Amino acid sequence: MSLTVTVSPHIKSKESVQSVMLDVIISLIPATILAIWFFKLRSLIVILVCIISCCLTEYLAQKIMRRENTVSDLSAAVTGLLLAFCLPPSTPFWIAGIGGMFSIIFGKTIFGGLGHNPFNPALVGRAFLQLSWPKDTSVWTTPFDALTTATPLSITRYGLEGKIPDTFSLFIGNCAGCIGETSKLALIIGALYLLYRKHIKLHIPLSYIITAIIVSVLFKTDPVFHILTGGLVLGAFFMATDPVTSPVTDTGKIIFGIGCGLLTILIRLKGGFPEGVCYSILIMNMVTPFIDKITIRKRFGA
Amino acid sequence: MSYFSGGIHLNNYYKYFTENLPIKNLRLPSKVVIPLSQHTGKPARPIVNIGDYVLTGQKIGESDGEISVPVHSSVSGKVTDICLWDHPVINQKVLSIIIESDGLDKSIEPEKKYSDYTKFSADELRSVIKESGIVGLGGAGFPTHVKLNPPKKVDTVIINGCECEPYLTCDDRLLQEYYSDIIEGAKIIMYILNINNCKIVIEDNKQSAIKKIQNIISNEQNIELKIVKTKYPQGAEKQLIKTVLNRTVPSGKLPFDVGVIVQNVATCFAINNAIKKGIPLIERVVTVTGEYIDNPGNYLMRIGTLASELLDKCGYKPGEKKHKLIFGGPMMGIAQSSTEIPIIKSTSGLLVLTVDKTQYNFYSCIRCGKCISACPIKLMPNMISIYAENEFWEKTKLYYPQDCIECGCCAYVCPAKRPLVHQIKLAKLNTRK
Repeated sequence: MSLTVTVSPHIKSKESVQSVMLDVIISLIPATILAIWFFKLRSLIVILVCIISCCLTEYLAQKIMRRENTVSDLSAAVTGLLLAFCLPPSTPFWIAGIGGMFSIIFGKTIFGGLGHNPFNPALVGRAFLQLSWPKDTSVWTTPFDALTTATPLSITRYGLEGKIPDTFSLFIGNCAGCIGETSKLALIIGALYLLYRKHIKLHIPLSYIITAIIVSVLFKTDPVFHILTGGLVLGAFFMATDPVTSPVTDTGKIIFGIGCGLLTILIRLKGGFPEGVCYSILIMNMVTPFIDKITIRKRFGA
Repeated sequence: MSYFSGGIHLNNYYKYFTENLPIKNLRLPSKVVIPLSQHTGKPARPIVNIGDYVLTGQKIGESDGEISVPVHSSVSGKVTDICLWDHPVINQKVLSIIIESDGLDKSIEPEKKYSDYTKFSADELRSVIKESGIVGLGGAGFPTHVKLNPPKKVDTVIINGCECEPYLTCDDRLLQEYYSDIIEGAKIIMYILNINNCKIVIEDNKQSAIKKIQNIISNEQNIELKIVKTKYPQGAEKQLIKTVLNRTVPSGKLPFDVGVIVQNVATCFAINNAIKKGIPLIERVVTVTGEYIDNPGNYLMRIGTLASELLDKCGYKPGEKKHKLIFGGPMMGIAQSSTEIPIIKSTSGLLVLTVDKTQYNFYSCIRCGKCISACPIKLMPNMISIYAENEFWEKTKLYYPQDCIECGCCAYVCPAKRPLVHQIKLAKLNTRK
């Protein structure tokens, strides 16, 4: 009789990378539904283009590099969904497609695939699109009737004409903005699911949001407006908490969140863009290895 | 209770196979293989020759030095060989005494003069414990007489009845059926250490054991029952001390450094047998379990019984699927390469698992940090793993692999299925001075 020998433990949890990624997709479903409701079929097509582009790029890239195929771990699908979430509903489809390709190639596979990427791939794609086609990626439309308008953030930043929606509309998502970022309600429902499944911890989102509130108060602006506009909630709960690109220890996570919050508001108020979530998280991604180094946990009995 | 941080909650502890099955005496084995090293420390020296007739309970291996214990024959019969034999824990062949049983189980005359132990000094009792071959039966196999002679004054003894390993139920059954023996054993320990503070700790998933102990200690003033939440690895020494007494054993130190001694319930049972009944450690309760065992159960069996004979008696059918034979529990047990391996003093379970349940490819670390949250020692297994994978052994030192207790929580929760315990063990080996 032949016996198999391995190192302990001999039982393992059922959780896999795939199941974690599936949970992230599930948590984004409420926001997807509301996005489709507000921005109609066009937003759904942008979402699908991004997801298909990401998955196809990963498949082809791994084929070319003769590497093991990992599309089935669903991380490319998550990247595609998150990329679509931070694009305006009016983004040309071809630009969305290129964004997906860039996210996967230069955000992920070039570094060796999932787990080795220093930056959040979706944000890499988003930053690339914003720099390459600034006009096409900053045309905003109103919910339901798809009229061209300005986002609440650009209204205040550039003093453009337009009406800033009331707090309730901002909360449920009835305002101009990127596909997935407008409805804070749906995002928080999704985040609660991720918290319940223990895939994210509150350290980053809370320190991010609290810092953003403090900094915006220091600059004498309305903190509630800053939290509810733009991609701050999406960024705090879904982008900054990306495990691969954020610190692993609790202390590190808090430092990371504080950095994100500070940079977001500084970019919004003093920088060249009306929105700072994307760049603040990318900058903090760069600092993550350093934060990991200075926040080694104190071990039991040390 | 001030529970330790980390640890894991399993959905299913798989105890239902055996938790309601009373301890059964297994038929005498036809042959026993008794390794001379069943404990931490120097192996015993053989004091019998090939061809000798030995009695049950007769000493066949003499302890060699202070941190060493003798071994005893667990059957009566003829010594057929003294040779190197596979060992369940030590990863090499170990000098062992092979005895062919004559089926008569003729026993030596038990020495009963110590049954009124209060008439004897602690040193005398310690030497009885040593001569009876008693070691820690929870798994580590450290000689008990050494543990009961701490270099510092201790104030509390903790009797460990947690049995946090999934599948295993031998301690649970021992508590339910031999509770008075265990309490007597605990009293002997308190007498030897000259203390009057004993805490019996049981996890809350063992309600019948808790009731039995509650009843028997209702009149005892020095013994207290502590019921703790079920959480793996609650039974690990340092975690147990943290939970029960809120004392933290410093890194690299032992429980007596914070004034505590921890003994497993099975060890208490063995101490009582040795002192009151004069029976050396020749048998123990072992849980034989797993989906592929027809008659799982908690069996009182002779030390030295071969796993193959045991599996036959319990109705194990090899079948088509590839199996793993594990000595111990599924979290920390050791997978064996052969069934011709003897049960030793510290074997608490014999577990058969199918391989498809246990084998996984592993992927890159996604830095989810679940291993960090799960680690009861608050280490960072992910970092050790990444550095170990690249053989950057010097870098692993930053994350203290030497402190790892190899409980397996990190590898259990890892969604990328990384072999974290394996990598940490390698880091330990490669960073040892």
